[in-house]
Amino acid sequence: MNIKIPELSLVVLVGASGSGKSSFAAKNFLGTEVLSSDVCRGLVSDDENNQAATADAFDILRYIAGKRLSVGRLTVVDATNVQPEARRTLIDLAKSHHVLAVAVVLNVPAEVCLERNALRPDRDFGPHVVRRQLDQLRRSLKGLRREGFHRVVTLDGIEEIEAATFTRERVWNDRRDDHGPFDIIGDVHGCFDELRILLNVLGYDVARDGSTASHPQGRRAVFLGDLVDRGPKTPAVLRLVMGMVREGAALCIPGNHEVKLLRALQGRQVATGHGLAESLEQLSREPPEFITELIGFLDGLIGHFVLDGGQLVVAHAGLPASMHGRQSGAVRAFALYGDTTGENDEFGLPIRYPWAEEYRGEATVVYGHTPVLEAVWINKTICLDTGCVFGGRLTALRYPERELVAVPALTVHYAPIRPLAAEKLTVDAPRESGELILSDVVGKRTIATTLARHVTIREENAIAALEVMSRWAIDPRWLIYLPPTMAPTATSKIEGLLEHPLEAFRAYSQAGVETVVCEEKHMGSRAVVVVCRDPAAAARRFSTDRPSLGVIYTRTGRPFFSDASDETAILQRVRSAVTSVGLWDELQTDWLVLDCELLPWSAKAKDLLRGQYAAVGAAATATLRAESAVLAAARARGVDVGDVLTTTNDRVEMVEGFVDAYRRYCWDVTTLDDLKLAPFQILAGEGETFARRDHRWHLEILSRLVAADETTFRLTRHLVVDLADEASLERGVTWWQDLTDAGGEGMVVKPVDVVRLGPKGLVQPGMKCRSREYLRIIYGPEYTAPHHLERLRSRNLGAKRSLALREFALGIEALDRFVGAAPLYKVHECVFGVLALESEPVDPRL
Amino acid sequence: MLLTITTTHQPATDLGYLLHKNPERLQTTELSFGSAHVVYPEANHESCTMALLVEVDPVDLVRHRRGPTGGESSLGQYVNDRPYAASSHLAAAINKLFSTALSGRCKERPELVDAVMPLEVWLPALPVRGGSDLVHRLFDPLGYDVVATPIALDAMFPSWGASAYQDVRLGITTRLRDLLEQLLVLIPVLDDAKHYWVGPDEIERLLRRGGDWLGAHPEREFIATRYLRHDRDLTSQALERLLEVEDIEQIEGTNDNAEEAVERDLSLNEMRIAEVVGTIKASGARRVLDLGCGSAKLMQVLLAETSADKVVGLDVSHRSLAAGARRLHMDTMTPRQRERVDLLHGSLTYRDRRIEGFDAAAVVEVIEHLDPARLDSFERVVFAYAAPRMVIVTTPNVEYNGLFAGLEPGTMRHHDHRFEWTRAQFESWARAVATRHGYEVNFVGIGPLDPEAGAPTQMAVFRR
Repeated sequence: MNIKIPELSLVVLVGASGSGKSSFAAKNFLGTEVLSSDVCRGLVSDDENNQAATADAFDILRYIAGKRLSVGRLTVVDATNVQPEARRTLIDLAKSHHVLAVAVVLNVPAEVCLERNALRPDRDFGPHVVRRQLDQLRRSLKGLRREGFHRVVTLDGIEEIEAATFTRERVWNDRRDDHGPFDIIGDVHGCFDELRILLNVLGYDVARDGSTASHPQGRRAVFLGDLVDRGPKTPAVLRLVMGMVREGAALCIPGNHEVKLLRALQGRQVATGHGLAESLEQLSREPPEFITELIGFLDGLIGHFVLDGGQLVVAHAGLPASMHGRQSGAVRAFALYGDTTGENDEFGLPIRYPWAEEYRGEATVVYGHTPVLEAVWINKTICLDTGCVFGGRLTALRYPERELVAVPALTVHYAPIRPLAAEKLTVDAPRESGELILSDVVGKRTIATTLARHVTIREENAIAALEVMSRWAIDPRWLIYLPPTMAPTATSKIEGLLEHPLEAFRAYSQAGVETVVCEEKHMGSRAVVVVCRDPAAAARRFSTDRPSLGVIYTRTGRPFFSDASDETAILQRVRSAVTSVGLWDELQTDWLVLDCELLPWSAKAKDLLRGQYAAVGAAATATLRAESAVLAAARARGVDVGDVLTTTNDRVEMVEGFVDAYRRYCWDVTTLDDLKLAPFQILAGEGETFARRDHRWHLEILSRLVAADETTFRLTRHLVVDLADEASLERGVTWWQDLTDAGGEGMVVKPVDVVRLGPKGLVQPGMKCRSREYLRIIYGPEYTAPHHLERLRSRNLGAKRSLALREFALGIEALDRFVGAAPLYKVHECVFGVLALESEPVDPRL
Repeated sequence: MLLTITTTHQPATDLGYLLHKNPERLQTTELSFGSAHVVYPEANHESCTMALLVEVDPVDLVRHRRGPTGGESSLGQYVNDRPYAASSHLAAAINKLFSTALSGRCKERPELVDAVMPLEVWLPALPVRGGSDLVHRLFDPLGYDVVATPIALDAMFPSWGASAYQDVRLGITTRLRDLLEQLLVLIPVLDDAKHYWVGPDEIERLLRRGGDWLGAHPEREFIATRYLRHDRDLTSQALERLLEVEDIEQIEGTNDNAEEAVERDLSLNEMRIAEVVGTIKASGARRVLDLGCGSAKLMQVLLAETSADKVVGLDVSHRSLAAGARRLHMDTMTPRQRERVDLLHGSLTYRDRRIEGFDAAAVVEVIEHLDPARLDSFERVVFAYAAPRMVIVTTPNVEYNGLFAGLEPGTMRHHDHRFEWTRAQFESWARAVATRHGYEVNFVGIGPLDPEAGAPTQMAVFRR
């Protein structure tokens, strides 16, 4: 016998001890698919036949079965299962995971069981046990189906058992091999005229008699249910949709209105409110053949579909990820009626739980059912019921293009009971799209990125980041990127230096990079600037409630300015510059994210400067000058002071160098004109993360921006170096020399491609090469003294480099996701990840 | 760092005998943290000056960190004042190089040991933390003539003001050993940091050095407290075993304290807790949340005084939660007690399943720590999703601030407060929240009522 079972099901073997369940399971299923009660007894008690361990053994069996079913794996339970209560718990388990349970009974004569058990010395429980099991089995046989099994197969005798084979069948809602393209259409509710117009707009040829329609490119319509009721032409809508489905030009799933209509047509008692009376009245004018066909059509509708390789799910009222492709009464009810709490609102309509807010699945879910003013994406889900029958619009989603196409209602066909999505009409209500959930960010997490595969965030780092993010960071809707840390070059061996460009050139050359760009490194504070063309663009793209032009935030996501009016003023200047050089149109965007350095250093780091840098300078200058004077006096009166005076005078000089070093990055800021914004990369705009354009492109555009407003901006000077050309390398070194001689912080060497993949994976996106004088701020005023410098050369760069790569990958991932219109939580997990990684212990001087 | 001591006692070169260091030679001594030189820039019959130069190895300081980090300036930094400022390193060098003088011995001239002589000290960069007059407060009572000149942070940036360092000259006529002992104690006290672990024998040391003069010093408590200052972490570790959590917070200066200091006279916190607990009790709530529970002060009272089946605290600070777990003695609870209580790490700007399904939530002195821009998230998390039947929110009433003696006009009660609202502002926010989420709200003032300004704390009770 060939036994057909659903691809995903819970197969419950039923048979007495010795009936051959384990061999049967081994022959027909994968070893990992079979959960044996005997094995579980062994796991908890070291004895597979220890009956005292049965309760614990079944606990872990059910636990494992539950885990398998929740990830969609067929599972076979190899236990006697002769008692109804044992089967009950398994059926409940299957139901709770929305999978079908199949019982396979191995009905074997007592003698065979006894004989087999006799060969097993470990099974010494005596013949009465087997006889009792067989007795229970026989009494169970008749009622198995009623217990809740989707199928019951009884195999009588050894031969039938031997001959049995299994075929796994796809469930009806599984249409993963159907890749579209589709035009998914929201609730029609008898609005035939609007449907006809919409189909025309979508490019379908609708038959003159309205009996069918087809698309010249073979696109197919997907109807989300609620074709009927309330509207003026329910029969016409049904005729057209049935025709399209019949001819393969459309798929259709049922809505709650179809279910109720079917019950009415089947002659059952139903209340005729909510527009059903209108449908029945309209249908009463149709010929009986049509009604018969309609009943068959409605009866055959499948609750929901999983399409396009599992990437698309359509269900009338939506469906949470745990129910995709599953079968149960609960799945069907959810797909038809949504997530209701059982309470009714003031209009007497059921209160619906906002399941989409919590949706974290990978598949796109398209649904209707709840009329909304505007079709908006919430966490990869979208509701297309824009209330056509109530005078709204009839909306379609083109898939995979994800374009919305809508036609307005010709009139108000039916008065709404409650205003369309009343809560969204309250102007000052906080917006609801994309709520963040704590479980999106805490605990040990692994984030899949395009650039570095998986990045792991450790739990303790996430804990630290949660506090910083919650207490100090800006609104996550604006916080779509955090800059990665950057490693310095390998330590140079050149006398008196820790860092030198040749190390960077050599490292990139070895990584297979041909061309690098050297960028001037500004000594200020990192600032990420999000700027929008106008407040409307900000509201649209960043879903913010307050009118705003954008934000400027620090490397840890805090507001850069404590005074919001300063932020606004700078943003206005940036916007004007972007407008005046025509970037909005050139880049086809109405928002941009710029990676910048904001100068001077003293503007943001004043406390640090006063508390640490200037303080050390003041103490060191006072002390060392005094020491020098004391030693000079001693020598003057003939004391041999050895080399101590010379050393001290050297120290005085080094400390003066230190003071000069920090002073270069300080100036008083009295008006905003004293601030200088030095952009060096255009991170993203609508439709594009500019990480795939090379640095020359970025710097060219940014130089135009700088030229447009030299009061606000400062140029990031750069030099392109060909690593194969000795002369070019030399020019690179000289360029760095000149920069640093003039007091510059140094430079950053980057592969000319923002993202560069080498044979060993992602190449460091940049290496900083800091000036000898600047490093006094990092390694202390006197670090250049030879006996200090030699010891400082041993520094471990490995951790910093690895961190730089992981943070870079997460940063680009965050931007890619934002640009790709991913839900907020998907963007936020990457940004949160960068912040969490920043709390990893790494030498802060690197 | 540098210390010079000059005497005009005659013959002045006796200073060399007293200090047991030859005025005609530069002498170098290796120390555990670097080295020290003694050299005499001046040595004649009328006047003799000894200079002690101490070098601290800055690389060693970072790479082999010994001792606690001092004050706000981290020893873990290469950019560090320790090699330059007079500090406990200088005290340690004095102790090591002049041990003979300190112990009151002088082989060649024993009579000098107890000789009172005019002495002058110069410390070109003495860190003075906690008020620019501190040098006077500490040295004047001991009879010193003090000339203390503040050192500017940076001459190029006058607006940055003075640094914490002063160029200090001290003049006195006394025994040299007394002078050295007083420097040994008072330099680290002024600096408010030590480079070594402060152990129990530090008390002995203080008693030995300060035995004669400290008892009569008007600042003796201040001096003793600072001299014995323990590393904060070490302190809390030790105290955890010894003291109640309240005391630890006193020492650690956690968030609650600054605000409490302002509101101290009213013991406003207790009144708030009493009011909130009373309201929850009267509601008959069985499952209660404390959102932003901090170190669980309110929870402790809720557990003791209500019959709630479950009291759950949530806070964003892991550290506060650890203090809360200690306060509640979580690890020694019986299983039944343990079932009643939970502490959760979480944030009020992220929706959290764990806080759904409660009867009441207390949000005491929390919202003012949120950026106004994040109040929307807070509102949704608490009122739309957690949605307990009752929510109690308290926040300062800014109108009352003028009545706090210790509060400068225009400043807030706590440095982390992002806003403090008037009654009208709070009430308008609360009413809008209530309307949006189907709650009814009423308002109660907590603390002494001022006819003009109202009560210091305002409470909104939301019910649905």
